[in-house]
Amino acid sequence: MKIGILLSRIRVEEKWLLATLEKRGVAYERIDDSTAQFEINNPSPWMQYDAVLERSISYARGLYATQILNAWGIPTVNMASVALTCGDKLATSASLAAAGVPQPRIKTAFTPEAALQAIEEMGYPVVLKPVVGSWGRLLSKINDRDAAEAVLEHKDTLGSYQHSVFYIQEYIQKPGRDIRAVVAGNQTVCAIYRSSSHWITNTARGGQGEVCPVTPELNELCVKAAQAVGGGVLAVDVLEDPQRGFLVNEVNHTMEFHTLAPTTGVDIPGIIVDYTISAAQGQASLPFPAMGLSSVVPVMAKTGMLHSVSVVQSAQR
Amino acid sequence: MATQILTAHCPECDAEIQLKDVLQGEIVVCPECGVDLEVVSVEPLQLELAPMEEEDWGE
Repeated sequence: MKIGILLSRIRVEEKWLLATLEKRGVAYERIDDSTAQFEINNPSPWMQYDAVLERSISYARGLYATQILNAWGIPTVNMASVALTCGDKLATSASLAAAGVPQPRIKTAFTPEAALQAIEEMGYPVVLKPVVGSWGRLLSKINDRDAAEAVLEHKDTLGSYQHSVFYIQEYIQKPGRDIRAVVAGNQTVCAIYRSSSHWITNTARGGQGEVCPVTPELNELCVKAAQAVGGGVLAVDVLEDPQRGFLVNEVNHTMEFHTLAPTTGVDIPGIIVDYTISAAQGQASLPFPAMGLSSVVPVMAKTGMLHSVSVVQSAQR
Repeated sequence: MATQILTAHCPECDAEIQLKDVLQGEIVVCPECGVDLEVVSVEPLQLELAPMEEEDWGE
């Protein structure tokens, strides 16, 4: 058995994943997405891989690579169809709606005029989001008509056609935090609260993490959201509405876990690698092989990978 | 992964940077000037200015 791991940058997550692959003793190869080539009618150089773990930092590279690999019959974690849905907020919202997963009110429109009318009808504040994007990039909280007109005009001139697909979400009066939960197959393995004084709570934007209990209600919601987008190893972001309770905000298919793993002590890289090994063995097409909570939540050793990244002159991030 | 201490110079400010336990493809920050650097080679240690964030980067 051989695993390929498709990479761009080596973040701390990739260091942990590579260390786990070493620890598992599984044959693997690093594939740099900046030098990789795919000849559509000649899959033979790639058929050595029984599964590929996709960790591209670029959505486009990860998506197209997995589409080609899946077409050749090579399973990927996650599958291309899942990346296609998760990487596009409108596709995610549509899938969640089809599965009856609770989410904030969302409207979309294709011209600034139609978007302004949709915003006025929804009521302020609203959040405007690019349909493709991550790390809280270019999110706009719109508090009044003046701001709406300005941001819509700016977005309309940004260049990419995707910025003229206006994704309008009601602003949820969340309690200064959101929830990030990790789902592997049919189980929520851990969750954290991400708190920030800013309305954007991404840890990529400075949000702080603390353990969030995985209640049966949260588990059920997150698994349902993960299955709605096609399933796999996924990070589900959940908002707490004062009246309606949990609402799913988005689902991430190449999750970062530099805050989640140390905060919860749960061995996320171990879970991802084991899921990939199962996929390579043809066992994790979905759902994840049934496992008890104790077996699916290995705890990271205190002196293990989390502390293996030593720094000289504190030059590393 | 190289476990010994490796030395290179920042291509932006020429500060001497010492690293260990780095992998090719990793991003480090110059402690002198704060620029993002990509480890393009481990042995020998070579650092280049890291590419700017692209619009489709993320998780």
